[in-house]
This record gives sequence, structure tokens and C-alpha cells, in this order.
Amino acid sequence: MNKELDEREEVAQAASSAHGGGRQPRVRSKHSIERGGLVFTGVCVGLVVILVVMLIFMVCSRGIATFVHDGISLGAFLSGTTWNPHTNGPDGQPLMGALPMICGSFAVTLLSCVISLPFALGASIFVVEVQPTFGQKVFRPMVELLTGIPSVVYGLVGLSIVVKWTSGWAGGTGYGIFSGSIVLALMILPTVTSLATDAIAAVPDSYRDGSYGLGCTRWQTILHVVLPSAMPGIVTAVIMGMTRAFGEALAVQMVIGNAAKMPTGLFTPASTLTSVLTMGMGNEAMGTVFNDVLWSLAMVLLLMSLVFILIVHLIGRKGAAKNG
Amino acid sequence: MTSTTPLLATEDVTVSYSGKEALHATSLSFERGSVTALIGPSGCGKSTFLRSLNLMNREIPGCRIGGSILYHGKDVNTRGVDTYQLRKQIGMVFQQPNPFRKSIRENIAFAPKRHGLSGKANIDALVEESLRAAALWDEVKDKLDQSAYALSGGQQQRLCIARTLAMHPDVVLMDEPCSALDPIATYSIEETIRDMAKRGICVVIVTHNMEQAARVSDKTAFFLLGDMVEFGPTPELFSRPKDKRLDDYLTGRFG
Repeated sequence: MNKELDEREEVAQAASSAHGGGRQPRVRSKHSIERGGLVFTGVCVGLVVILVVMLIFMVCSRGIATFVHDGISLGAFLSGTTWNPHTNGPDGQPLMGALPMICGSFAVTLLSCVISLPFALGASIFVVEVQPTFGQKVFRPMVELLTGIPSVVYGLVGLSIVVKWTSGWAGGTGYGIFSGSIVLALMILPTVTSLATDAIAAVPDSYRDGSYGLGCTRWQTILHVVLPSAMPGIVTAVIMGMTRAFGEALAVQMVIGNAAKMPTGLFTPASTLTSVLTMGMGNEAMGTVFNDVLWSLAMVLLLMSLVFILIVHLIGRKGAAKNG
Repeated sequence: MTSTTPLLATEDVTVSYSGKEALHATSLSFERGSVTALIGPSGCGKSTFLRSLNLMNREIPGCRIGGSILYHGKDVNTRGVDTYQLRKQIGMVFQQPNPFRKSIRENIAFAPKRHGLSGKANIDALVEESLRAAALWDEVKDKLDQSAYALSGGQQQRLCIARTLAMHPDVVLMDEPCSALDPIATYSIEETIRDMAKRGICVVIVTHNMEQAARVSDKTAFFLLGDMVEFGPTPELFSRPKDKRLDDYLTGRFG
């Protein structure tokens, strides 16, 4: 054993001296790999942290400028129902009411989740509890594929099918919150399904055994044992879906009609924070009031995303405490 | 039904997973009020056999149970049998304590409610009766609405026994119920097992622990490599094994 080790040492030394180094350089190079690894990974972490901090700082400093620099009141921004930045209101300030977009964003987000959740949940239950083989071999790869489809494709499908179909039975142009929600529901369906599937699959089989062992049927077991245990994961799935829906710009913009006024129904054109941002950002010079207000909209988006992520973390922690 | 009919018996029961036979033809019978231990090294088929007695194996895809399982003299290993009804009467306790993520009370009441029990008074009475039967009542009576996961491992396992007893089963199958527990918790579970037998329940217990088999069981069956090698009264089986393989196992020459 020892002899073999010695031999290996010799071979290694011979190899390193062949590259022009003796024993000393070999040790030093080992040391520098250790150092290099630490420095490289440390710098990567630092960059990511700096990036996040700077991004939040930039969006917030620009977004706050609307209220500090341009003198628009926060109340008027959050509760104003008229969005017409190039016209001044009776108080001499531009009409910067963001409420229509905030409402639009929340409406499409909530509605799309309500539409997609039953399907996501149904599909996940089926592939975990009823047909696991099909779930593993066919369904999961398929859902992952769907997750990767660019949003513009969903938008295009929405534009050419959903909008036409909606206009057909609901009248009007077909553009509006309803179409936006359908398109978003389709778009977040894979995300929610995939995460919900993970959550249900993570329920230990011993729970199912316990329930079957007491003579409960499969659906009693699913409804009363599996789903309650998977609930934190399912809620997380929904919130991840909401985060995606809330932040989605392109697909929504293509079908919602982009009318920046208070939504009065599901079938009239409306707009979201994201759609107004994408429509307006390129057109205004930096530093103008309109540009600042767009940053404020971005700030609202960012804060909402933070809230969503925070909720996910809280649920995760609560779930861990419950399991621990 | 004559008095000589055993409560539960198997005739040439085989179990195979995806065509591979894990248990060869096994015929055993279990009496009311008796404790039977199934012993043998890992992978010998004893758990597989246990899980076929209440047709739990049917939940595993690719698993087939052959032969007859006679419960009250009637074959239940048939297509038309109501496995849910059967499992109410043949309860099961698992290796790892697996209470539901519910309160202690709900853990007991869950299955009876699904089977149609209603009324708070009825449920409360059943909860108390079951917890008492599993010797857990005094420890948990003040915290019935707390999560079952706040209990210790031994208490959780007794809770699992209690929820099984709440179904008023004839037979309770136990799959190494003490392997995750410390000696004190093990002792109290063994007491409960003897107690259940005294009240007429037929207990079938899989165990790795030879001393446990000797302590709690009236009869013992020894399994090896998918075969049921020897079956008989526990003291006899341990002191005068007939089969060479059992003798080797008992003297620690393998397994």
C-alpha cells in the first residue's frame, strides 16, 4: 500500500518536473488554484449582489424622482384614474394617474391564475397519482417544453385565435382583459403545472400508505391527505405563476388593446403596467416628466415582484417549520 | 363458519413484482387474539407477505398477488373484493410513524369520518377510546388539537396504532413498528400489542428483532429468500428449530 503511494508520488513528481517545475512550484500551483477558485467564485457572488442592489437603486431613484423632482403627488399617482401625461389637469400637473394600469395588471394576473389553477392542479394530480409512468416519460418533458416557448409566440396565438374568438361571441374588438387573461393563463399554465406536480410528488408515500391502510379510497386520499400536505407547494406554484403573469409584457400588450383608462369590463380594451411601459419607454427622452413616471411604473412592478417573492419565501419557511 | 376456521389464512399466496416472484407459495393461518411474528433477513419476503394480507401491494404498479387469502373463510384475493372495506377490518401500522399532517384528534377521526361517522360526541368518544387503547390518552388528552408532529416518535407510532384501532379492526398488520424507536418507546408498543391480542385482535408483526419476536409473539414464521421456511409456536421455534437454515439464522451465522 505504502509502496504504491510512494510510486505514485514519484510519477507525479516526474510529471511536474517534466514541465519545468520541482517540488516547490507544484505546491505553489496547488495553492494558487485554491486561491483562484475562491477569488473567482467570490467575485461572481459580488457581481450578482451589486447588480441586484444597483438595479433596485436605479429603478427606485428614477421612480421616486417623479414625486420628489417633478412634484407629482404619490396619492395622485396611485389613485388617479386618468393617464394622459401630455395634458395638464386642473391643478396644473400632468395627468399621471396609474390606477388604470395597476388595476389592469392585477385583473389579468388574478384572472389568469383563476383560469389556469384548476387545469394545472387537475393535470398534476393525474400525472402523479393516477398515471405516474405517463407523467414521467411524456407529460413532464412536454410541460418543460411549453415553459420554454417565448412569450411572443403566446401573444401571436392570442392575437390570431383568442382575440378573434372573443370578439366573435362577446362582441366588440375582442381586445381586453379577458383575452389578456386567457393568453396569460396559457402562458403560466406550464409553470404552475410543473411546480404543482413537484409539490404533489414530494408528498411522502407513507402518507398515502397510512390513508390506504385505513381503508380510504384513492380520491379520499388525494383530497384529504395528499393535497393538504402539498398545499404550501401549490400556493408557491400559484404565486410563481402570478409573478410571471404580473411581469409579462409582450404577450399581454399584443391582446389587451392598450387603452390606458379605467377598466370597465372584461371585454373592452385596457392596459397593464408592463404594456404602458413597453409602449412608452422608447418614445420619451430621459429626464422628462413622462419618462420619470414610466420609471415609477417600473418601480411599482419591481416592488410587487419583491412582495411575491417574499410571500414565496415566507411560505417556504412556514412549510419547513411544519415539516421539521 | 365453524370455530376451527382461522380468522385469516393464506393458501399458496405468491407475490410478484413486474413478473419477478418475490414471495413463493406461502400458506399460513392466523388466529383471533394471537400475535404472530414474521422474521427473517432483509429482502426475504416477510414484508411483502404482510402487505399482501390487506392487499396493500395492489397499490404498487406491476404487483400481482396469486393464491387465496381467506378472511373469515372467504377468499378476498379476487377482482371484485372491496379493498377499502377489507382494509377497514385489516388495519396496518407502518415502519416509520406516519401520522397525517393534522391535529392529533383529526388523525384519529379522519378515516372514521370518511367512512361515515358524524356527530361531535361520537367522534370525541371514539378519539378517547382509541387513544386509551393505544396507551396514549393520558399523554395527549390536553393537546388533542395540536399537530401530531409535535409528538415524539414513539407517541407518533402509538397515534398510528390508535387511528388503526379506531376502525375496530379484526386484524392489525404491523411492519417493523418499532424499528425507528428507542427501547422505552419499543417497550410501550409491545405492551400495546399484547393488550390488543388480549382484546381478541389478531396481530401479525414483521420484525427484525429476534428478542421482540420472542417477547410478544405466540407463533413465529421464518422467511428466507422468498420462502416461508418454518412456522410454529414461538418458544418451540426458537429453542428447537427444525430447519437447518433457521438454526443458522438464530445462531447468527448469516442475516
